[in-house]
Amino acid sequence: MILLKIEDVTVGYTEIDILHNVTVTVRSGEIVSVIGPNGAGKSTLLKTVFGILKPRNGNITLKEKHITGLRPDRIVRKGISYVPQVENVFSSMTIQENLEMGAFIRRDDYSQRLEEVFDLFPVLRERKKQKAGHLSGGQRQMVAMGRALMLDPQVLLLDEPSAGLAPVLVSGIFEKIREVNATGVAMIIVEQNAKEALKMAHHGYVLAMGRNVLDDTGEALLANDEVGRLYLGG
Amino acid sequence: MAELIVYGIVLGGIIALGAIGLSLVYGIIGFANFAHGEFMTAGAYLALFMVTGVFSWIGIPDNTFGILSFGWRMVFAFPFSMAGVAFLAIFFDRVLYRKLRAKNSGPVMFAMSSLGTSFIIRMIIIIVWGSDYLFYRPGLMRPALEVPLGIKIRPDQIVILFIVFLLVGLLHVFLQDTKMGKAMRATADNMELALISGINTERIIIWTWGIGGALAAAGGILYGIDVQLHARMGWHFLIPLFAATILGSIGNIYGALVGGFAIGIAQQVSTAFLLPTYKLAVAFVIMILILLIRPQGIFGKG
Repeated sequence: MILLKIEDVTVGYTEIDILHNVTVTVRSGEIVSVIGPNGAGKSTLLKTVFGILKPRNGNITLKEKHITGLRPDRIVRKGISYVPQVENVFSSMTIQENLEMGAFIRRDDYSQRLEEVFDLFPVLRERKKQKAGHLSGGQRQMVAMGRALMLDPQVLLLDEPSAGLAPVLVSGIFEKIREVNATGVAMIIVEQNAKEALKMAHHGYVLAMGRNVLDDTGEALLANDEVGRLYLGG
Repeated sequence: MAELIVYGIVLGGIIALGAIGLSLVYGIIGFANFAHGEFMTAGAYLALFMVTGVFSWIGIPDNTFGILSFGWRMVFAFPFSMAGVAFLAIFFDRVLYRKLRAKNSGPVMFAMSSLGTSFIIRMIIIIVWGSDYLFYRPGLMRPALEVPLGIKIRPDQIVILFIVFLLVGLLHVFLQDTKMGKAMRATADNMELALISGINTERIIIWTWGIGGALAAAGGILYGIDVQLHARMGWHFLIPLFAATILGSIGNIYGALVGGFAIGIAQQVSTAFLLPTYKLAVAFVIMILILLIRPQGIFGKG
């Protein structure tokens, strides 16, 4: 079933368009990876889905309902969570408070969800009283993902989850992403680390210069010579 | 000397109430509100209007509580005035600062607009009440109590300190333990992430102005009870407020509390060596020294 559909979206800052008629489809339970060179508009795509940028053209629908141009605090209520690439935790607040803020819009008792997030990231349970600003890069990334997961989102948008992490931590974060996906959360992942991102993707999209270049299953893109030569480093 | 320190703590508590609001507004909206001192003046005069006007008209008795210089009229006027200035602060945000935010105006635009706001409030007060010194209870003898160490303290001042700590305690509980308070800290920490988490940051901004305005009003009234009322009182508080805010690291409300006490004590103790007219200069010198030596303040990260 198609969950999130981005159709022919054109978006930009002031005069210059960053994305031109980009189309991405996410089916339920899927990991969709978006790869491409720097400046291809990958992060812009996520910001547009989440309402931080307003598209000039095109439609974004969640379960066939329009969410185009809604404010972020409305979109999050529709069941989409977003983890930005940088400054993605409340660094002066404790881990527990960060997760509580993730559940800000929930009116019900979310203590069970909190336990589930702690089960997913046990290290956060041990340190729940510590300030997020004092954590290592990998742990911060877990706090950021945990915050986004507090809402039980239908779709999770991850912007460069491996950026800035030491190589030994990168595989750990991708492992966690697989675990999160296994709980049924669909996601769009934007990544520089194209090989890893495509390995776990059900479907992958290649963007360049703000346009769709290729899309196929993750495996097929990994096997594609052109993708290998241009984006996977040989 | 001990007596000057005690007076400094009283003055410091009043400065802290203003500085906390200034710091909150700076932390969340990110601009230096030059009209914050006028919120203190407005609070003091609104209370005066209630005590000598409205409450005398509706017939609330004018007697005072024992050795204190105020009575029931002030008890009712105090929260009323806090609420009134909270609405005044929110009003200015809605008609002025919100529009500047929508236009992505720079910090200078905000600073100049708030300077203009401060003139407007001050001039309205001068037009209505004139620029004389006023008292909530003119002609009242205000005897001091003798406490150990040869300190003379007026009963009013003990109540003032009690109210300062009560208000700061309430703010602490609000920020640490309530959902809205935590959302306020989250917004001050990272506004974009707060928005992403579904926090309606415009609502947080309204709360911030309301709380900042109410605390400033409380500070103004307490100064009016302790000393006197004057149309320029808030304007003269502006430098101590900024000094306290910067000393305690901008945006950090606990820092503003500590900074307020430090500035208040420094100002009062300085009168042992300098003419009292130099009190403001003391605050100013401290502010310049912090900006030169440790611009991030005592609680800021290096």
